Amino acid sequence: MPEHPAYVLEMNNISKSFPGVKALDDVTLKLRPGTVHALMGENGAGKSTLMKCLFGIYKPDGGEIMLGGQLVHINSSKDALTLGVSMIHQELNPVPQRDVMENIWLGRFPTRGLGPLQFIDHRKMQEDTVKLLKDLEMDIHPKQKVGDLSVSKIQSLEIAKAVSFHSKVIVMDEPTSSLTGNEVEQLFRIINELRRRGVSIIYISHKMEEILCISDDVTIMRDGKHVGTWEAKELTIDKIITRMVGRDLSNRYPERTNVPGEVLLRAEGLTSVHPHSFKDVSFELRKGEILGLGGLVGAQRTEVIEALFGMRALKQGSIHLHGKKIKVKAPSDAIRQGIALLTEERRVTGIFPVLTIAENTVIANLGRFKTPYGLISNARIGEVSQQSVEKFRVKTPSTKQLIRNLSGGNQQKVLLARWLLTDPEVLLLDEPTRGIDIGAKYEIYSFMIELAKQGKSIIMISSEMPELIGMSDRIIVMREGRISGIVDGKAATEEEIMRLAAQ
Amino acid sequence: MNALDAKGVKHFFSQNAIYIILVLLIIGIAVADPNFIGITTLRDILLQSSTRVIIALGVAFVLITGGTDLSAGRIVGLSAVVSASMLQMSDYPRKFFPNLPELPIIVPIVLAIVVGLIFGLINGIIVAKFHVPPFIATLGSMVIVYGVNSFYFDMKPNQSQPIGGLSKEFSKLGTGYIGPNGTYSIPYIVIIAIVVSFIVWVIFNNTRLGKNMYAIGGNIQAANVSGINVSRNLIYIYAIAGALYGLAGVLEAARTGGATNNYGNMYELDAIAACVVGGVSTAGGVGRVRGILAGVLIFSVINYGLTFVGVSPYWQLIIKGMIIVAAVAFDIRKYVAKK
Repeated sequence: MPEHPAYVLEMNNISKSFPGVKALDDVTLKLRPGTVHALMGENGAGKSTLMKCLFGIYKPDGGEIMLGGQLVHINSSKDALTLGVSMIHQELNPVPQRDVMENIWLGRFPTRGLGPLQFIDHRKMQEDTVKLLKDLEMDIHPKQKVGDLSVSKIQSLEIAKAVSFHSKVIVMDEPTSSLTGNEVEQLFRIINELRRRGVSIIYISHKMEEILCISDDVTIMRDGKHVGTWEAKELTIDKIITRMVGRDLSNRYPERTNVPGEVLLRAEGLTSVHPHSFKDVSFELRKGEILGLGGLVGAQRTEVIEALFGMRALKQGSIHLHGKKIKVKAPSDAIRQGIALLTEERRVTGIFPVLTIAENTVIANLGRFKTPYGLISNARIGEVSQQSVEKFRVKTPSTKQLIRNLSGGNQQKVLLARWLLTDPEVLLLDEPTRGIDIGAKYEIYSFMIELAKQGKSIIMISSEMPELIGMSDRIIVMREGRISGIVDGKAATEEEIMRLAAQ
Repeated sequence: MNALDAKGVKHFFSQNAIYIILVLLIIGIAVADPNFIGITTLRDILLQSSTRVIIALGVAFVLITGGTDLSAGRIVGLSAVVSASMLQMSDYPRKFFPNLPELPIIVPIVLAIVVGLIFGLINGIIVAKFHVPPFIATLGSMVIVYGVNSFYFDMKPNQSQPIGGLSKEFSKLGTGYIGPNGTYSIPYIVIIAIVVSFIVWVIFNNTRLGKNMYAIGGNIQAANVSGINVSRNLIYIYAIAGALYGLAGVLEAARTGGATNNYGNMYELDAIAACVVGGVSTAGGVGRVRGILAGVLIFSVINYGLTFVGVSPYWQLIIKGMIIVAAVAFDIRKYVAKK
């Protein structure tokens, strides 16, 4: 065993499959000591799956992980922590009601006392905290309540916590996504300090300038594969983009036979009441058109279509349907106007897990099942849901099954069926194929094209670039709450979209 | 084939556990004392269960939305006092309202039900519009309703005396029956409970409100996205529950021939227990009328049957408590296994 291994962390030939998807295919990541190593790739390229393998959340099907030249088996993030590997999540999760020092030492408070009678040593805890924060030049008081700190301070706190575990490797997932310019500089100062102390950092980000500025090495992934690793100084933004995208689109999408007609829906200057959300968003949607909505995570795409559906308040702007201004204050208004929304989080805002497929199918449109006596006919519900299930080829023995027993793809088909029963003119689809297998994806694409041919208009949010290009007549690209460009679906390239989304 | 059968049997038992327990319980008591089996027992158990069924159905509305209602018992007490106070015999010496003429029986009954409905409505508004967790909202109203009832009950000239001397007509509602005198008659109160159960069954299964109730309890966010006006539906549901407690209070007064401000105390806990044992999920979205009826009957059979064979009432409490915990543990295990 070498005294000083060349790499502090090696993930060699890691593979991981899920039913129907090969999420990681022979991926290798080698981290040099005291460096910042950027990990890049589109949404869904496999970055987070790779990190989940590192932290034992997923068990890789193949490959090995070496730490300091030694083979390790990591079964939980606690194992990782003891081995000196920590992660700063994009969504920080401190205990907001408690103070800074308690958050840092949570679960391993210093104690003193006699034998089994151990009490928390608050003085030692405070001294240790002061020293830790001072070493890292962080201006945070140990007794301050964490809920009162800014996002940037909480992030610093999480970094301090990682350092307190004597971590050799710190993973940062989109660390600058909610920081201001000054705070980013502050973070970079801390990162440089860590690097000086010999800590290695895996830095996951979409922001190219940042990456070229802070990192030493860059690994690029695409479709679960390792594209390559380069020194940052060899790279340019253009080179990164070309390596992140670029693949063939043959046969993954059905032929687009829909023909967009006249303008159906017009959004003018939509601006959210929240200052950090979308601003001045204007676009037109044609009858029979599939309009793609692209952008990186955090571009506020979901927020825009939720506003069209009456779930988000607008400060300014108007929505016009058939040339007439409409008001949508609640989802029920939107449904009445012929707008439907298939949400991104199927489990959270889509399905009713304890209800049957039949009930899940008809819930948005119960009014049509009323008999002349004003009661709801369960027989009619049974018939109609059966027809829907057949039409959308949901694989189930009976509509009386609970929806939670279906696979993700089949649940998504039930939800699509639910919305079509409301007879919408405009379908808003938020990541309609996320987390479902390739076969069901193709079916959903076919349904979309079929619906557009029938004259329905579709807005589809997708974070998968090939899907956007393969399915959309036109693509709106958003960046940080604003439209950064609208491109023609036939002529669009992934490079062009990535440029609009990221720069 | 054998494996399939075994699986089928297991499925049957898990789906019908409550009914199987009910039958086993009856068999067990009958073995201890064969005299238990008889039409008198049946009549008594149904009679005891009637008001409890109505309260349990009210609580079930709220539980299925994913909420809970601690105010049920106190609302029962309030409407018992309100209806009794206005339905005393005209020649009774200690009348609550000395100058009140004998009203048509329907007026005070409707009034008492409306009082229940109003407090249910208030619960609903607090939960739906002010987003106070149902446990806290109804804990508050439970205390408030008791205060209101005690105030009313303490008014001059009554000054907290038990209300008695109810009019013949009103008492008859609680103690009357159809059919021949004696064992083979059917008490009005049982008929009322059956009619209410049927109406609630229709609401659960054949109305938008019922379907929305299951949806709200199943996933409140998805219900909102599906265009359901969640707060309006919740307010209706709490109001209906309140009206059912009101009706139960009226029947309690009529059955016992009187009322005090302590009527209904802790009835909500029996009702919640019956619902839970009857398969209503406290997580929301799940529950059927027949399960709730079986849940109420189980507790009535325990009360009546164990007393019948001379088991100590303290043992009865211990057994009841164990059944509640076991029922939920069983239910949750079923859910966890499916994940």
